[in-house]
Amino acid sequence: MIIITDQTLIPSQLTDAVRDDTDGAVITFEGVTRNHNGGRGVEYLEYEAYRPMADEKLQELINEIQDRWEIDKVAVAHRIGRVDIGELSLVIAVSAAHRRPAFEATLHFIDRLKEVVPIWKKEYFQGGEVWIGDPGSERTTV
Amino acid sequence: MKIAIKLFAGLRDRAGTGDMSVELEDGATVRDALDLAQQSAPKRWIIPTSLMTAVNNEYVPFNKSLKDGDELALIPPVSGG
Repeated sequence: MIIITDQTLIPSQLTDAVRDDTDGAVITFEGVTRNHNGGRGVEYLEYEAYRPMADEKLQELINEIQDRWEIDKVAVAHRIGRVDIGELSLVIAVSAAHRRPAFEATLHFIDRLKEVVPIWKKEYFQGGEVWIGDPGSERTTV
Repeated sequence: MKIAIKLFAGLRDRAGTGDMSVELEDGATVRDALDLAQQSAPKRWIIPTSLMTAVNNEYVPFNKSLKDGDELALIPPVSGG
């Protein structure tokens, strides 16, 4: 299951999709918009995705962790558009017979997502905005 | 041949557009398309060292040959999650 949406993410939708009677573990990771970054206050984030490449890369990463670890199903959901403080930007659910490979695979998935999936976030902080990972894009309004 | 170019995030802001269409000679590469995209964008932009490029949704190096109708995406450092 791969979801890229501008709607509120619902973790139970993903955990329900991966749960199976053969699995003793379901790992869920929630990425949450926090109210600070690099020592300054964050007001909200805005995400954009290059589709369908983002969807295809997410599928490749699912295949990658399923090949490498003893896990069962994987579901991922990523928000696009405006995401307010405390809201979820990312949910990953991984099921497995045993917990350890599910934890490891989940961690690897997030690391790889941040390297190869064409999704970008813009941070709106107090007094300006910046594309994360692109310091030259910073603009201040005060 | 005609190549569609898409720009994203901070790169789009700097170039002043997210969508371009360029006309190139047969045998042209991603690098050639990048040069032309720099010349024909509304605003002057420089190629960041960290730029990645994708053709038809697959990452490719700058020396990759293009063909008519390809979609070339210029991908600045990603920041999902």
